[in-house]
Amino acid sequence: MIYARMTNEPTNLDQLAQHKPAQITGFEQGKKPLVEKLREIGFAEGDEVEILHRGLIGGSPLCVRLNSSIIALRKIEASQIQIVLHP
Amino acid sequence: MNIKSIALVGAPNTGKTTLFNALTGGRAKTGNYPGVTVEKRNGIYTSNSGKQYELIDLPGIYGLSGRSTDEKVALQHLRGDIKTAQKPDMMLAILDAARLQTHLHSILQFKQLGLPMILVLNMMDMADRDGLKIDLEKLEQLLGFPVVGITASRKMGRKALEDNWDELLQKAKLPTTAETTKLSELQRQARKIAKNTIQQTSTGRDLTRLIDRFTLHPILGPILLLAIMFFIFQAVYTWSGLPMSWIEAGVGWLQTMAYGIKIEWLASLLGDGIIAGVGSILVFLPQILILFGFIIILEASGYMARSAFLVDGLMSKIGLNGQALIPLLSSFACAIPGIMAARSIKSERDRLTTIMIAPLMTCSARLPVYALIIGAFIPKTSVGLFNLPGLVLFTLYIAGIIFAILVAFILRKTATKGPPQHLLLELPGYMIPKLMDFIIAILSRAWAFIRKAGTIIFATSVVLWFLTSFPKGGSGIRDSFAGTLGSWIEPIFRPIGFSLETVIALVPGMAAREVVVAALGTVYAVKGSEAEIEAGLASVLQNAWSLPSALSFLAWYVFAPQCFATIATVRRETNSRKWTTFMVTYLFLLAWIAAFITFQLSSLLLG
Repeated sequence: MIYARMTNEPTNLDQLAQHKPAQITGFEQGKKPLVEKLREIGFAEGDEVEILHRGLIGGSPLCVRLNSSIIALRKIEASQIQIVLHP
Repeated sequence: MNIKSIALVGAPNTGKTTLFNALTGGRAKTGNYPGVTVEKRNGIYTSNSGKQYELIDLPGIYGLSGRSTDEKVALQHLRGDIKTAQKPDMMLAILDAARLQTHLHSILQFKQLGLPMILVLNMMDMADRDGLKIDLEKLEQLLGFPVVGITASRKMGRKALEDNWDELLQKAKLPTTAETTKLSELQRQARKIAKNTIQQTSTGRDLTRLIDRFTLHPILGPILLLAIMFFIFQAVYTWSGLPMSWIEAGVGWLQTMAYGIKIEWLASLLGDGIIAGVGSILVFLPQILILFGFIIILEASGYMARSAFLVDGLMSKIGLNGQALIPLLSSFACAIPGIMAARSIKSERDRLTTIMIAPLMTCSARLPVYALIIGAFIPKTSVGLFNLPGLVLFTLYIAGIIFAILVAFILRKTATKGPPQHLLLELPGYMIPKLMDFIIAILSRAWAFIRKAGTIIFATSVVLWFLTSFPKGGSGIRDSFAGTLGSWIEPIFRPIGFSLETVIALVPGMAAREVVVAALGTVYAVKGSEAEIEAGLASVLQNAWSLPSALSFLAWYVFAPQCFATIATVRRETNSRKWTTFMVTYLFLLAWIAAFITFQLSSLLLG
């Protein structure tokens, strides 16, 4: 699997390489209730995210730093979050 | 005069309970909300000026959507929708100061509940250490209600709240309703406020992230988890030995006292019925408490959420959640704390599945049964590196695990079917658990267990005593109601190789699994002390049972839900007769099928 993106083209959180801080730009539109949950636990546009750890099996779940919080979520959840790498 | 009730509201792991325990001095009333298994805690706080307030410790909530049962209950309580609980007069909203930026929007959401509110920023000491500077005055100005910064775990740290209590309460006016309810818009507002009030010099949580580099490491992490689990199990079995022998001695002493009563039936009811029955459950109290103790420490230290992260990949393969790990592991000691620990699983379907398979984990009450049968029937020969008795015991453990996985898998495809459940879990910063919080938590769980042993087990013991002691005049248990009952259902057990005596022993054996050992002693009329019964019973069984019957009996005990306390716990935790019946039925069914296959196959091969 290739997670490393060196350009700052937009992608989703599940595709982000480990220890590369990125910024949330928005959310996928398909799954409203899930996005609502993600927002409630704190994910929002403009926030900084960074993948700290990945699970052994298929790289899921992910352990993500959101600003100064640490959140565990699976790849499906992470794929709802759109990001850009910090330039 | 009516005293004001104040609800403590906030996300999980913000130190809400620590503040609650500190303010109420640890004297809280705990109970359950009607119809659900969510714990309700309230206590009285006496402010510096001598006025009393009722404080309510609500389950953690992130916002107003109410994802899990406990979140829904918390919101219902805040809205005054619970009949037995009055709507609070105001809220203390608690935020972890270090996570202010991420969670501030939840405070704007709470505003919509229409209750006067005070914002309490907790763990200011940690925020300070992280180099976070928060302008509290400006925050108060922008939010429009009082803000106070505290460190709930220290008396000095609570001063800002306690010294200004009356003034803060007076300032907490009804909020003007927010213009918008859209979460994204509230987040935008919250981020703007945060930007104007917080000066951050680092991403914070340095120590936590450093520890995480080991605990969440792809290789070291699982090894550490295994080591912790291994240590807990060692502790559960070794530390409990002494107190268990005390309880046994105490129960024995009480029995002797009871036998001294002149009225014969009363002596028997007390000695053989109530004291023996309740004692057979109480003897597990040390193991259960040690286990609860570790669960509480794992939770409070922040490691519990990490363990869920580590095993989620594996658990999701059988349709379970990483959070099911601790409940299932606990069930290896006793299913009761395991089933109760399942409360922490946010997704209801995952929680149900976990509860349904928890009794398949080999609990410690099965060990006396296994020990008796294996000791009597399995020769101590070695098979390669292992000895045969050990191998049989191992097989019994593994059989339980494999079937738990299969049952979970099937349940998730049928009865608990649904879209994939989400894992969305905040990993709290590591913390050294507070002694006071620990003591309060463990006492309340110990009490819950004893209360159950005192009621349900009490009632069961009386019924079982009646069944085994009446009608009078016969030649012992065979002529009792239990004997008659046994002979009625005996045909069901013939295909699995159980003798009439065995079936009769299963009836009182419903109290707890290891009770069947004593019950077999009674039906085979083996007399003497506990050790003598076990030794004598082994030789009696060797003559009375064939090897296939013995193996079949072992297979039966891998599955059979022969434990009233577990069934009662499932009834309470699922709050559903349907699910409880389902669990009991499927386990008995599996037990019969497994015993049938074992008996017929081994008869064929050995006969």
